[in-house]
Amino acid sequence: MATLSDPPRESFHISQLLYDTRYRSITIQVIAFILIVAAFVFLARNVVINLSALGKDFDFGFLGSRAGYDINQRLIEYSNESTHGRAALVGILNTLLVAFLGCIVATILGVIAGVLRLSKNWIVSRLMSVYVEGFRNIPLLLWIIVIFAVMTESTPSPRDFRGADPEASMLLGESVAITNRGIFIPAPVWGDGAFLLVSVFIVSLAGIWAFRRFARKRQEATGAILPVFWVSLGLFFVPVLVVYFAYSAAISRDQYPLLAVGAEQGMTLESYVEANGNPSICALPSTAGVNLSSALREIGQRANIVRVSTEAELLEAVQSGDCILAAVSPTVAASFPGTVEGVEMAALTDTVDRGRPLQFERPQLAGFNFEGGVQLRNSLIALWFALSLYTGAFIAEIVRAGILSVSRGQTEAAFALGLRPNRTMNLVILPQALRVIIPPLISQYLNLTKNSSLAIAVGYMDVRATLGGITINQTGRELEGILLMGLFYLALSLLISAVMNLYNNSVKLQER
Amino acid sequence: MNKSVFFGTVAAASLVAGFASAQTLAEVQERGTLNCGVTTGLTGFAAPDANGEWQGFDVGVCRAVAAAVLGDANAVEFVPTTGQTRFTALASGEIDMLARNTTWTFSRDVDLSFEFVGINYYDGQGFMVPRELGVSSALELDGATVCIQTGTTTELNLADFFASNNMSYEPVPIETNAEAQQQYLAGACDVYTTDASGLAATRATFEDPSAHVVLPEIVSKEPLGPLVRHGDNEWGDIVRWTLNALIAAEELGVTSANVGEIGNTTENPEIRRLLGTEGELGAMLGLDADWAANAIAAGGNYGEIFEGNIGESTPIGLARGLNAQWTDGGLLYAPPFR
Amino acid sequence: MTILSVLFIAYVLNGIVPWMLGGVWNAGSLAECRTVLGAFGGDSHSGACWAVIEDRWSQLVFGFYPQEYYWRPVLTFVLMAVALAPILFSDWVPRQLMIFSILYPFIAVWLIWGGSIWVPILVVASFVVGYLVYRIASGVVFAGLAVGLAILATVLWWMFAIDAINSRLNAAVGAPRYDAAVADLEANLAILPEEVATAEALVESIDAQVAEIVADRDAVVSRIMEGVSDVSALQDELLAYQRTLTDLRNQQSSAARALTVVTAELNDGIRLLESYQTLPALIEALPELRENVANAAGDEVALAAAEDALRSAEERMDSIYAVLGRVGLPPVQSREIGGFLLALILGVSGIVLSFPLGILLALGRQSDLILLKMVSVAFIEVIRGVPLIVWLITASLLLNYFLPPGTTFDLVLRVVIMVTLFASAYMAEVIRGGLAALPRGQYEGADSLGLNYAQSMRLIVLPQALKISIPGIVSTFIGLFKDTVLVVFIGLLDPIGFSNSIRADTDWNGVYWEIFIFIGACFFVFCYGMSQYSQYLERKLATGHR
Repeated sequence: MATLSDPPRESFHISQLLYDTRYRSITIQVIAFILIVAAFVFLARNVVINLSALGKDFDFGFLGSRAGYDINQRLIEYSNESTHGRAALVGILNTLLVAFLGCIVATILGVIAGVLRLSKNWIVSRLMSVYVEGFRNIPLLLWIIVIFAVMTESTPSPRDFRGADPEASMLLGESVAITNRGIFIPAPVWGDGAFLLVSVFIVSLAGIWAFRRFARKRQEATGAILPVFWVSLGLFFVPVLVVYFAYSAAISRDQYPLLAVGAEQGMTLESYVEANGNPSICALPSTAGVNLSSALREIGQRANIVRVSTEAELLEAVQSGDCILAAVSPTVAASFPGTVEGVEMAALTDTVDRGRPLQFERPQLAGFNFEGGVQLRNSLIALWFALSLYTGAFIAEIVRAGILSVSRGQTEAAFALGLRPNRTMNLVILPQALRVIIPPLISQYLNLTKNSSLAIAVGYMDVRATLGGITINQTGRELEGILLMGLFYLALSLLISAVMNLYNNSVKLQER
Repeated sequence: MNKSVFFGTVAAASLVAGFASAQTLAEVQERGTLNCGVTTGLTGFAAPDANGEWQGFDVGVCRAVAAAVLGDANAVEFVPTTGQTRFTALASGEIDMLARNTTWTFSRDVDLSFEFVGINYYDGQGFMVPRELGVSSALELDGATVCIQTGTTTELNLADFFASNNMSYEPVPIETNAEAQQQYLAGACDVYTTDASGLAATRATFEDPSAHVVLPEIVSKEPLGPLVRHGDNEWGDIVRWTLNALIAAEELGVTSANVGEIGNTTENPEIRRLLGTEGELGAMLGLDADWAANAIAAGGNYGEIFEGNIGESTPIGLARGLNAQWTDGGLLYAPPFR
Repeated sequence: MTILSVLFIAYVLNGIVPWMLGGVWNAGSLAECRTVLGAFGGDSHSGACWAVIEDRWSQLVFGFYPQEYYWRPVLTFVLMAVALAPILFSDWVPRQLMIFSILYPFIAVWLIWGGSIWVPILVVASFVVGYLVYRIASGVVFAGLAVGLAILATVLWWMFAIDAINSRLNAAVGAPRYDAAVADLEANLAILPEEVATAEALVESIDAQVAEIVADRDAVVSRIMEGVSDVSALQDELLAYQRTLTDLRNQQSSAARALTVVTAELNDGIRLLESYQTLPALIEALPELRENVANAAGDEVALAAAEDALRSAEERMDSIYAVLGRVGLPPVQSREIGGFLLALILGVSGIVLSFPLGILLALGRQSDLILLKMVSVAFIEVIRGVPLIVWLITASLLLNYFLPPGTTFDLVLRVVIMVTLFASAYMAEVIRGGLAALPRGQYEGADSLGLNYAQSMRLIVLPQALKISIPGIVSTFIGLFKDTVLVVFIGLLDPIGFSNSIRADTDWNGVYWEIFIFIGACFFVFCYGMSQYSQYLERKLATGHR
């Protein structure tokens, strides 16, 4: 402060606090501080009085009590027995998921639309203008609702896949089903030998990294450009595929017997199911269990799967009656001598494949729905699409402005140097345009993340729907719930802008 | 000087000074209108018509209370509330009573500190499926995709029902009935579950209602009723006994058509007490003697309100079922007026 | 690429155009729509049911706003164009109109909500008072303190003067009117029952006509369904019937509305008369009550009771005089405002009210005072970091916790406050951009002229910075206007909220696309117009700088 240069003996008058510019700023700040503190005290006092008048307290204990409701999309283990805290966590992860996916697709769409809007083709550029203006000028909520409804109306329901002559059929060799409940895609399942596969993959990655380093050094030293991309691609895929096929060939002949409680000699899987109805199966973490459940679905039966991690647990589950059917390795099967501690188990005549190190579980129609595989729910896709299209329209404008900001002379100079067009784009135009593009892009990412709170319109269970919706409704803890939700969004926003600002600083023009 | 002036300068007409304690009646009378919380729109229960007049079964209860307290069935401000805002609106004094097909549960009554004054509709959660699925019982729904309206007790009941029957399901939570209907019709869910009355109302407006069946299982008890703030017993009594008056009127044969003269012509002492030609029941509530007569004249007795809004003569076509008088095998049983 | 685009466009148009053009405009319910479409050999997927828009468009636009007062919001928005003219088209419009622009917000609030005209005048007067205090005080003390005093004076005026002066004025106007008003009312009450009966009869007769036509129409429909050879003539006949029905239904609803209006007039009249009739007694009792208060001095309990009695009598008199002596428009509850009107009010008031706050925040963020800067930054970041929907839920569920016990005020006002706070953070950033875009020399120039902070801001910096920010402000407004649809989640009936409650009516349960297309089209027209304008502005400003 300027006080350092003051002559020390100058006498101080109270009036200086008002009239002396050196002190006046302090006075103003002190007054402002007092006012702010007073305002906070006033608000806090009101909250305390109001809460006690309503007979409520300020307590986060509700996060530990049973939630009681189900959530369809959960990235972590959750059931209606879990706590409200866990439900909030499921919601948070869902928010993060859709925000992450949305940012990626919005960027891609925005870049494409932004570039195409500058296209010389009249129809294409008009079409892009319609897209951009349409999405920028109609509320997002409306788009979300409309896209959700269009998706449900225009895609077939699982019922249409049924029957001898179905109205709809699965794509890509019976592995992908597009329905109005979402898109079902094969799910990867790790089987025996997966460890080996992963190790090889990690080694390949290390190899790619080492090769790129080598290539750069070589280029700097000699100027020769090695085919980095192709070599990386080869290293990425070839070793893993070789190991995969070799290992699969080694174990693909292995068949696992099926042990079933109360099965009679010579029963097939189908006749056993007919006799016992909807079976619960115990599945060890291997592909054999997956193969068993898809064998069941083949014969039109859905199964309740009880997951166990060791053979001892499997035995326990069988004894307690949790499951009645299991696929086990031949050695284990041999150790089951008919009756195990009062439970009759016999092998069926059918067997299932032991499986491969990495196997894809296909979705199959069973019961009301497709089962198996991964379901990308319509709510997720609709929200994801709507957010991406909406934000993409804004990003398109940003990209267009960014590209227009790079002066024509830069391109011409690059061509004059003999750079090819794609290298011109990569090395000259994009790095310069990026500097203009990135700051507004960050705020679009922030907007997208915040807009994901509209998820409730399509029933996507994000944090606003779980913690800020059902939990608040069931427990009546508005103050605590909204506070937590607000803090989450705030932290997320600050985090995103911090990370993106770091990146922005790294591409910023170095001014010297 | 009260705070109202300060805010009043911002928007002169828009301030309501409310006190969440025992003077609701005085406030309503002072204000000249009843603030009644209803849904933002539920077929048959509350919805604005083309003229902006609210119509429906819950609306009928609001109008009856307004008529009992103010003598004018139209002196009601209908405040649309969502599943999430309804309780706050009541607790904060923004509305005087809530008639928004709200299920009477222990925790709402005790923990959230509200007072349910009675039951105007006995409902239960049911399931509707397309006929082509060939499902005849809810127990066959293992693995089904279920559309539910979020923010209600429905979700909890659904979870309990499937868990207790050891079945799995895929919930599709939807914010409004209209969206859920659209999803269900497009086949995005196999089952639509909500209160049985809502299912019937929804099904009635389908292009082909016969292509859908409501399954016989009712998986929960949903006693729907109006509620008021805890702690204002005088006001709670008024709403409670207005509802009872509507129910008793049906039992005693008092209708909107004969309510004008029956009080003087009848010999039945209970009708005379109800309609204020004998005794001082109105004064005990702090109302005029003809409070119940006004309430009944507003929209008719319980049976008339039911028939006019959701009964079999309307497109919704609900049968009385549990909501018949106890003399007809239903559950409606108004305490005696004496 | 071209072929792909053309194919795409053709595919989309092929899906939508027949549906839109094959729509039904004259029908009273979705079921009727389906009948008509069925008679033309299609189902509900082959044509739109636009009749729902025809039936409900006034609700989608105005909400429950009383139909006889539709001119008020319309006039408000026409006046808004006038008020905006001097700001947006500064080249062609005389500067004197600025005074109207400044007064406009008060006029707008008064037009839409109605009530006594004294209130807006007194509120404007409060600012005049504040300004006078500032002028006088600034001669005596330094500027900051003078501003503080001016604010204090304004607040005191709000708290003590407005209510008192308003009720005096009402009483002064109302007292001489008393006899005439009571006589009028009595005369009116004498005829009203007859009018109610006439209205009822009219409604009944129209109902009968409708039933007749419906029966005729159904006969035609069944003949079509039987598969008669000459279908097209019958179809024309059907359409003619539908048109007649629509006309009749319009008559029906206006008759029904007239009935409600007269019934309400009757009921209100009775209550009003009752309250009028208590006035003489109240006036008579007043001196005695005053005396009681004077006598009770010393005895605290008695004094409190006597004061209470006096106050309640005075309040009742005030409320009677407020009706009796009202110079102004009949009040409209904010609950009755809905549809696009609500969206516009929220959007416009959010932007207008956030403007001064945004300027303060932007200046605060650039300030050298650490504390002010910190507070401004924290406010802006917190508001911008949390989605609007969370703020709206806060407004509807939590605001009551933060207010003194016993105060509640209506939801629309709460939302306006939240939207204002929300918009002010964005506004602050836009204005900060404008401030940053000003060349450094402008600041230095102002300093070198010897202007103090307030003067340099007011005379040099802000006028230029705000002018640069106008495009940004317009796009903030578009964003805010679109975001107002989120109020549907807290139970306010904006267009999307209405789309739900319209479908809750048994007549229209099941209508889906038609309403959304209508709402989307309205938003598009409005926002597109605004954004085109802001681009034009940007171009204009850009050329101005070179």
